[in-house]
Amino acid sequence: MSARERPECAGRRRGGVVGTVVQVFGELLITAGLVLVLFVAWQLWWTNLESDRTQADAVAHLKDDFRSSPPEDTKGDSENPVVDAAPGHGQGIGIMYIPRFGHDYERPIMQGTGRDVLDTLGIGHYESSAMPGDVGNFAVAGHRQTNGKVFDQIDQLVAGDRIYVRTASGYYTYVFRNNEIVLPSATDVTAPVPGNPGAEPQDRLMTLTSCNPRFGSSERIIAYAVYEGWRPQAEGPPTEIADQVGEDGK
Amino acid sequence: MYGWIFAHMPGPLWVRIIIAIVLVVAVVCLMVEYLFPWLAEYSPLSPNVTVDE
Repeated sequence: MSARERPECAGRRRGGVVGTVVQVFGELLITAGLVLVLFVAWQLWWTNLESDRTQADAVAHLKDDFRSSPPEDTKGDSENPVVDAAPGHGQGIGIMYIPRFGHDYERPIMQGTGRDVLDTLGIGHYESSAMPGDVGNFAVAGHRQTNGKVFDQIDQLVAGDRIYVRTASGYYTYVFRNNEIVLPSATDVTAPVPGNPGAEPQDRLMTLTSCNPRFGSSERIIAYAVYEGWRPQAEGPPTEIADQVGEDGK
Repeated sequence: MYGWIFAHMPGPLWVRIIIAIVLVVAVVCLMVEYLFPWLAEYSPLSPNVTVDE
């Protein structure tokens, strides 16, 4: 600091070199504190705004796709739903509706669970897991906080709550069954038969994974849902989400 | 340090205030664009949400 040569600064100087060093150090510490506060605000608030916008775009894009390219195979029924082919990494699978999370809750489900998908695009589908409606486990992951916090209220689900997945071919309905809190190493929660890797699946399940506690990552919260039914796109959305999906749902 | 920077800016007081605001905004923009996304990798607030695969 060459303030010594500047007469107009002389009045502000106290204690010579040591004082200057202490002052600069103090100012740097205050700056660091402000930067950290700003960082927390950015991460807990701003990343949500960015992700919400990206995800709304993705949902609109998926709806356009559903409208413009109607499914070829619509011969499924609730017992044997149509199962879409798995798309490539980062491609859209469908839209998730969870009325318990609010009547404006619609989030895109994209293929893959890398940061590139989860941090901006929304709910990520474990690529090795089943597709919606298939026998086995349709497993997805989403942020509890930050980056759109798609599963912020995952602990609020009540047994019997419906979770809807809309894809190009139709609407899959799952019923929330239970949740559990596990360690991050518990990979068997996304197995075709959760908790029993290697077993031959009989049921059609869905697993949602997010982090726990709400602002931490030492554990994972897992929500399980059981397949209930399917209806083709042409029949329109299930009653509970009909208002939300609107006119373009067929 | 900040006093020294402010004292060394050119122009009258109002110009220096404007320069200071522009500098602060520029630094914040740079942090949001580069520093924070990098820092987020190490933040306990941005955990992995997947179970280990």
